[in-house]
Amino acid sequence: MGLLEAHRLAAFYGDFQALYGIDLELAEGETVAIIGANGAGKSTFLKTIAGMLPAPAESITFDGRPIGGLPVADIVRLGISLVPEGRRLFPSLSVQENLKIGAYGRREAGYWSLNRVYDLFPALAERCAAPSQTLSGGEQQMAAIGRALMANPRVLLCDEISLGLAPIVIRGIYAALPKIKANGASVVLVEQDIVQALKVADRVYCFQEGRLALSGRPAELSRERIHTAYFGT
Amino acid sequence: MIAWLDTLLQGILLGGLYALFAAGLSLIFGIMRLVNLAHGDLIVLAAFIVLVLMHALGLDPFLATLVAMPVLFAVGYALQRALLNRTLGRDILPPLLVTFGLSIIIRNGLLEVFSADSRRLSAGAIEVASVQLGGGLAVGTMHLITLASAVGVIVALNLLFYRTELGRAFRATSDDPEIAQLMGIDNKHIFSLATAIAMVAIVVSALYLGMRATFDPTIGPARLLFAFEAVIIGGLGSFWGTLAGGIIIGVAQTVGGKINPEWQILAGHLAFLAVLVLRPRGLFPRVGE
Repeated sequence: MGLLEAHRLAAFYGDFQALYGIDLELAEGETVAIIGANGAGKSTFLKTIAGMLPAPAESITFDGRPIGGLPVADIVRLGISLVPEGRRLFPSLSVQENLKIGAYGRREAGYWSLNRVYDLFPALAERCAAPSQTLSGGEQQMAAIGRALMANPRVLLCDEISLGLAPIVIRGIYAALPKIKANGASVVLVEQDIVQALKVADRVYCFQEGRLALSGRPAELSRERIHTAYFGT
Repeated sequence: MIAWLDTLLQGILLGGLYALFAAGLSLIFGIMRLVNLAHGDLIVLAAFIVLVLMHALGLDPFLATLVAMPVLFAVGYALQRALLNRTLGRDILPPLLVTFGLSIIIRNGLLEVFSADSRRLSAGAIEVASVQLGGGLAVGTMHLITLASAVGVIVALNLLFYRTELGRAFRATSDDPEIAQLMGIDNKHIFSLATAIAMVAIVVSALYLGMRATFDPTIGPARLLFAFEAVIIGGLGSFWGTLAGGIIIGVAQTVGGKINPEWQILAGHLAFLAVLVLRPRGLFPRVGE
């Protein structure tokens, strides 16, 4: 049984249906990548898991427990943290405060702490007192990941963490992934950069217009099949 | 010369009262962008609660205020949780309409229970005491305590906002309520705590409202206006700015009143308009606004 499972998950923005019966499974310790064109429903899927969009309770299970439609704050407490698209740091908080708020209301200690996040991303330690908006794009992304890690999640959902960043910066951020996995987080990546996704993921899901078009291990998927699943031709 | 210095001093001290009126409004508006049109009436309501506690328990106004604080904290939490949270959303009209209605309900409820008679919170000898500053200058002890309390409230709110985990949650929720929830923050609870804390600031302002002059159930809206002007002058979300805004209005009023007694209130409003023209975002706008 998977740590996190979606069962025939559908999602709506008002009357507009964005997801049509997605089945997805994330095993403990696994990294799963979701790829697909713009508007395929990748971000919608992560938002629905995180509780930001309504879903029937049984359509999402975490550790065997139905969590669909729970309030966002409750889902975070259960151990699922989202790194939102566009980083979304809090502008009136310093870098360090942004990290600290990731651990809001938590008393139990886990692996991740302020110092461990600074070890993971030393660039943040140097800028810890700076207002978050003065960071570079890559540093902001590091801070957003660090903020999510501060909750010591069992599942880390990453939405487009390479968006708008230079390749060298992206490599630096992905270099942190093994350490994140080694310390207890299973990871769901939404990624437009297919090469990057295939490199780091244990399994890949390709969405197309709100439906699951293809899934499997990167080694088993040919370039043609991915191309077809991605573009739908 | 001394006369003008005295006017300036009186204005600064009066500004302390306006800053007290404004502190709770600034807190609520800063965190949830909720314009509380019932703010002035809540101050008057708090003054009546202090009055009732004084008579029921035989306390002086200061002690009665201390007793009233937890009561109003609870009232504020319940008010936000049960009513005002439901009005928050993309549309700014519902909170305006609901707090406008609340203002009318409070005012008429108070008229019904307490009648239109003027009341005051009698504090005894301290009301007429004064401190000699030398050179013929003297200031009322009560006015000095008012300003000191305003500074105390502003310092306390700043410490809460910038030194505590709850304060971080307040600022984060104010910045981006959607992402704040992703941190495990329960926005509705945070908003309710904010209004609860604002009510504690409100009862402090009610204390000085009632000790310095008489009050009756109908004077709330005028207090709201001064408070709102102080918040806008200072810049949304800045507590020190709110103090500065209160002082600017206070000084403008006493200076205007010195030139011509009829100009007192007008001068305060003109100062507000001048700041609005020159610095539309206020004197100390917060980062990210």
